[in-house]
Amino acid sequence: MEQALNSLANLGRIFLDAIGRLGRAALFLFEVVRAARVLVRRHFLVIQQVYAVGVLTLLIILVSGLFVGMVLGLQGYNTLVRFGAEESLGLVVALSLVRELGPVVTALLFAGRAGSALTAEIGLMKATEQLAGMEMMAVNPIVRVIAPRFLAGLVAMPLLAALFSAIGVLGGHLVGVGLLGVDAGAFWSQMQDGVDFNDDIVNGVIKSAVFGFICTWIAVFEGYDAVPTSEGVARATNRTVVYSSLSVLTLDFILTSLMLGEI
Amino acid sequence: MNQPRNGAAKDDVLVDIRDVQFARGDRPILKGVTMAIRRGSVTAIMGGSGCGKTTLLNLIGGSLKPDSGAILVDGISVPDLSTNDLFELRKRMALLFQTGALFTDLSLFENVAFPIREHTRLPEPILRKVVLMKLETVGLRGARDLMPSELSGGMARRAALARAIALEPMMIMYDEPFTGLDPISKGVIGKLIRELNQSLGITSIVVSHDVAETCLISDYAYLMGDGRIMGEGTPAEVQRSGSEHVRQFMDGLPDGPVPYQYPAEAYLEDLTRWNKH
Repeated sequence: MEQALNSLANLGRIFLDAIGRLGRAALFLFEVVRAARVLVRRHFLVIQQVYAVGVLTLLIILVSGLFVGMVLGLQGYNTLVRFGAEESLGLVVALSLVRELGPVVTALLFAGRAGSALTAEIGLMKATEQLAGMEMMAVNPIVRVIAPRFLAGLVAMPLLAALFSAIGVLGGHLVGVGLLGVDAGAFWSQMQDGVDFNDDIVNGVIKSAVFGFICTWIAVFEGYDAVPTSEGVARATNRTVVYSSLSVLTLDFILTSLMLGEI
Repeated sequence: MNQPRNGAAKDDVLVDIRDVQFARGDRPILKGVTMAIRRGSVTAIMGGSGCGKTTLLNLIGGSLKPDSGAILVDGISVPDLSTNDLFELRKRMALLFQTGALFTDLSLFENVAFPIREHTRLPEPILRKVVLMKLETVGLRGARDLMPSELSGGMARRAALARAIALEPMMIMYDEPFTGLDPISKGVIGKLIRELNQSLGITSIVVSHDVAETCLISDYAYLMGDGRIMGEGTPAEVQRSGSEHVRQFMDGLPDGPVPYQYPAEAYLEDLTRWNKH
């Protein structure tokens, strides 16, 4: 009996903790957005961070994009050739990338490479009293440290997703046209015909912007909220990757169903 | 209100702490502390680890709020300040962290330049001169391009000191400035604290458990234990004090009013019990 009560109490505690964290994360987001106004004058702080979270993530995004595109080319060709529709390979590759794989895979890689780095960096700054030191120097760390990183993530994610899709299309071309002998003209013209700017490209950009927002928010919040010890920072980094990946996949379903309007 | 014992006139007091109590959860940390820190002096706050010294600094700096009592810095009540006013006050005081808390992603030069860049609009050539002057004060002008990870413990502490004086504060609080340093570095830090106090007139609060070094440089000393003031006076007076508690701390005796044992149940009973814990 006592054990049952205890586990019930534990369940309640976990639930309350989760709600509490959610509330802190929302308040934190509010502060960060308010602080972001100050950065209009000090945009170089954001640019530095765009370099750190964006440019340094570029290599992994480009290599992954190339291989994802090449695999799409192979798989797509194998299916399409059964119906004699291999001319549509360009369309298949481009649509899969722009609508789904570009934003989603980029966001997952972004969470793993840039998100975890953000959490670890902010968490360690907290653990080594750098954030407290900043406050004692009358500098608000939310303005100086958090907001620039948050904005940089917002800017970088859609750009990275666009580059991922672009290099993926080239990868598909390399395999489809270069190795499997699909006609180059058909590859490009089918793509040009079938990809709609509003329905496909804009929706893909919206997705990547939403994913960028959620991944960066989780990353900076987990860092700022981390228990300031090495174990605490390790756990926070871990949580960043897990929560970001889950949020991206869940949101992808919700966004896709809204965009297709079929549910 | 009691006249402060160190005989300071009222407007001579920069930091006025009256009957401050503070608890973390159910655990009381400060149980009624009263202090008057004189303008332009070096005041030592000594005491064993965990006696509430660092908490006291955080209360003066406004990072924590007391449960009761008053804390006045330069006549301003710190716990009542809004965030903006607190930040204004903090521009005039500095806290030197035990770890130094240098920004690991910035060079030494940029670390010292950081508060100046944040709070002033000095043109780059003047900023460079100011930063080099601060670094010269602590003897690290030649190390300006090093990163914090390349510095020894003593150098990191000196660099943090250069950053602390960058905005020429009226007061510096030192949290354990001597801990973990070799004797030479200790001497250097002690000399710097004294020199900054004399040449710039900076009021200094030195929190430390290093009796010898701290007594050497301070004008007035408080001895804390168990969340209270156990003794106060000039270093000489404190060292002559007959109080048992003061004697134990000054002479470094393992047992006394501060017990050697962490509170526990009877030893024999504990050993002869069956259960694991």
